[in-house]
Amino acid sequence: MAGALDSFRICDFTGQLAGAGATKWLASFGAEVIRIEDPVREGRWDILRGTPPFVDDRRGVDMGGAFNNHNAGKFGITLNLRKDKAKEILTRLIEVSDVVSENFAKGVLERWGFGYERLKEIKPDIVYVSNCGFGHVGPYSDFKTWGPIVQAVSGLTFTNGLPNHEPAGWGYSYMDHTGAYYMAMAIMLALLHRQRTGEGQWVDLACTEAALTLHGPALLDWTVNGRPTRRAGQPHANRSAWPPMAPHGIYPCAGDDDWVAIACRNQADWEALAGVVDEDWCSDEQFAEFDSRYAAQDALDAHLSAWTAPRRKFETEEALRAAGVPAAAVMKPQERIDLDASTGNFGLWPTVRHAKMGAVRVDGQPVHFSETDWQLPRGGPCLGEHNETVLTRLLGFSAAEVAALAHEGVI
Amino acid sequence: MTALTGVRVVELSQVPIAWAGKLLADMGADVILVEPPGGDPSRGYPPFVDDEPGDDRSLYWWHYHTSKRSVVMDLEDEAGREQFRSLIATADVLIEAEPRHRLATLSLDYDDLAPIKPNLIHVAVTPYGREDAQSDLPYTDLTVMAASGPPWSCGYDDHSLPPVRGALQGYHTASHFAVMSTLTALLHRGVSGVGQFIDVSMTAASNVTTEAASYTWLVAGRTVQRQTGRHASTSPSSETQQRCADGRYANTGVPPRNPAEFAALLAWLKELGLNTQLPEAVFLELGATWQGPFDLAKIGTDDEITAIFGAGREALKLIASTVSAQDFFLGCQGAGLAVGVVNAPEEAFEDAHIRARGFHTPVHHEDLGRTITYPGAPYALQGSPWAISRRAPKLGEHNAEVLGELDQGCELDQS
Repeated sequence: MAGALDSFRICDFTGQLAGAGATKWLASFGAEVIRIEDPVREGRWDILRGTPPFVDDRRGVDMGGAFNNHNAGKFGITLNLRKDKAKEILTRLIEVSDVVSENFAKGVLERWGFGYERLKEIKPDIVYVSNCGFGHVGPYSDFKTWGPIVQAVSGLTFTNGLPNHEPAGWGYSYMDHTGAYYMAMAIMLALLHRQRTGEGQWVDLACTEAALTLHGPALLDWTVNGRPTRRAGQPHANRSAWPPMAPHGIYPCAGDDDWVAIACRNQADWEALAGVVDEDWCSDEQFAEFDSRYAAQDALDAHLSAWTAPRRKFETEEALRAAGVPAAAVMKPQERIDLDASTGNFGLWPTVRHAKMGAVRVDGQPVHFSETDWQLPRGGPCLGEHNETVLTRLLGFSAAEVAALAHEGVI
Repeated sequence: MTALTGVRVVELSQVPIAWAGKLLADMGADVILVEPPGGDPSRGYPPFVDDEPGDDRSLYWWHYHTSKRSVVMDLEDEAGREQFRSLIATADVLIEAEPRHRLATLSLDYDDLAPIKPNLIHVAVTPYGREDAQSDLPYTDLTVMAASGPPWSCGYDDHSLPPVRGALQGYHTASHFAVMSTLTALLHRGVSGVGQFIDVSMTAASNVTTEAASYTWLVAGRTVQRQTGRHASTSPSSETQQRCADGRYANTGVPPRNPAEFAALLAWLKELGLNTQLPEAVFLELGATWQGPFDLAKIGTDDEITAIFGAGREALKLIASTVSAQDFFLGCQGAGLAVGVVNAPEEAFEDAHIRARGFHTPVHHEDLGRTITYPGAPYALQGSPWAISRRAPKLGEHNAEVLGELDQGCELDQS
């Protein structure tokens, strides 16, 4: 099947998840993504190259499981940009690329002599997308960040918590994933602009800004009504104020750290829930109408928790779903990956072939296209795995010349 | 000219995809929101302007529907369906999150619409995908997230407290994939002329947005456990959240790891006059003058390296206990440390950096005679700027305008 993005080539300096996740999307739709890494530091700027999880006892820069996950489908070459010959090769690669993408700290590419002005000289219609925590413009643009810092500064950590407790935050880098999604969007928006006008451009992506947009109504409540989210009784992450719903939460179940989410969207859902629970408290006056039920959620949650606690999560989920009430067990990794048939049936965990790890399952894409669907046959590149392929096929070097470049420490 | 000028998107109004429509509309697409008679129920969601409920006073609605136009069409009625088909004939993209059989029942699914608009891009968003019967189950943002992973990893060290989820982020994540799919298909159409049908699963979207929880299972068959304010992990890690002198928190991120960072930290400690209160300060001196890089693998085994890194963490704790979270953040960053203040959203919004980047976006509401400050762009495209082109539409506000355009189009076709 032809790829939707077959005609695009990406000169890719991204790493970690916030950058690599973006070009993984492009690669899975057929874009030719060529990762460029530093041979001197063995590509360790991307710390995921050598960190767990591992498939077996082998260690090293080609064995990082997360790296393989985020870089499946890409090509990998090495360039020692301290050397002029490497800069010449990079220049030739940019000449034949549509996009230069990176998520370094501000100024890194510039110091190597490849700032946006220079990129434009090399390829006038180049799309250049930079991605870092605070962006390349503004008072904090030299600050250091990673996913949890972006989440903290942008308010996403604060809002994920329970009243009278410290922030729970996110148990993973939600904004590295989501920053990558915005980076992919930015690249494609700029390519669409180029497709219609012939013009390239620079996109300055600041993950903190992207994160801040995800608070929408709370920010308008602040600018219009002056109501802060830092106030008594807040945040209460599992409740729903927009729209108001009650009950609405995550409740304990029998088992090892098992929980079930229950949400009543309206009066009919509440009556259906009450029908399943069928205990005296369900007919308490204070729970009969929405407004008083919403106001009495602490008491409501205590009753409902007492009902769910001795029951198994999947049984509760099934009983409530049968009654038409939105309910879902809080799924553990094994449950959603291997036991819930829906993800496997969707093809969500494709097996890629990695040159050293062999067959490994990775995150797929949560979409299917009728004409140009994604595919991820190949694992993430080992360090410099495609030096010869890329330099000979794309840039016209001979195999002997590539060997000489390796010998000279250029690649 | 903006990135999506001239791209017409028909959005069948539903809460989970409102964010997707806004992202496209603010980049210049002509997004036409098709609402049923009586309107989308989320027009009535709080919070409200001045806390007074009423028509066109929902801040929720305002936020999610900027830059769009609204038309009312009754798809349960043949006349309404005919209008809808006329609209689709002029559209590039249809984005919808209808119950999975609804459009087929109305003869308005992709197979019915493609003959009307052969290069149409139809993006269908459902809880489990169009092929899965579980998509017929009732759902909310909360149940989508619970079923697909995020809450398992989020919460507290104390596992008697429930896991937590970030409100509306399940719908946001689904919307992000709907937008990425739309842009991918538009690029492909620009090259090939071909449209297509795209099936987006909300639960699949969150399933692949859980970082280590998924790949630790996929690669190593191990399960991460949630921890307060930091990454869920297969084995417990050190706390990273620090309460500061003003009661607010900071994420202490990565403690000092190289001599320059130890030197900067020591200098800051001295500037605050706190070095005499820290018995471990001598180890900071040692760290600051260390020759060459530290062997991080020796933390916990080599006494000297262990003491130096321990002193780094103790110094940060001591400083945090004497300064505000914001000052702790600025001071640490000044010392080259990746530390963040845990802001509430409104504090983040008012921050000097965010303001300086022009994030505050004024939008005029001529009906209220007020200019409202909205959150701004998620990305800064220098050549095709993001913009809110209009406030969220009133119900059917553009009926005459849009239907007029369609009639004009028909006349042109006939002439």
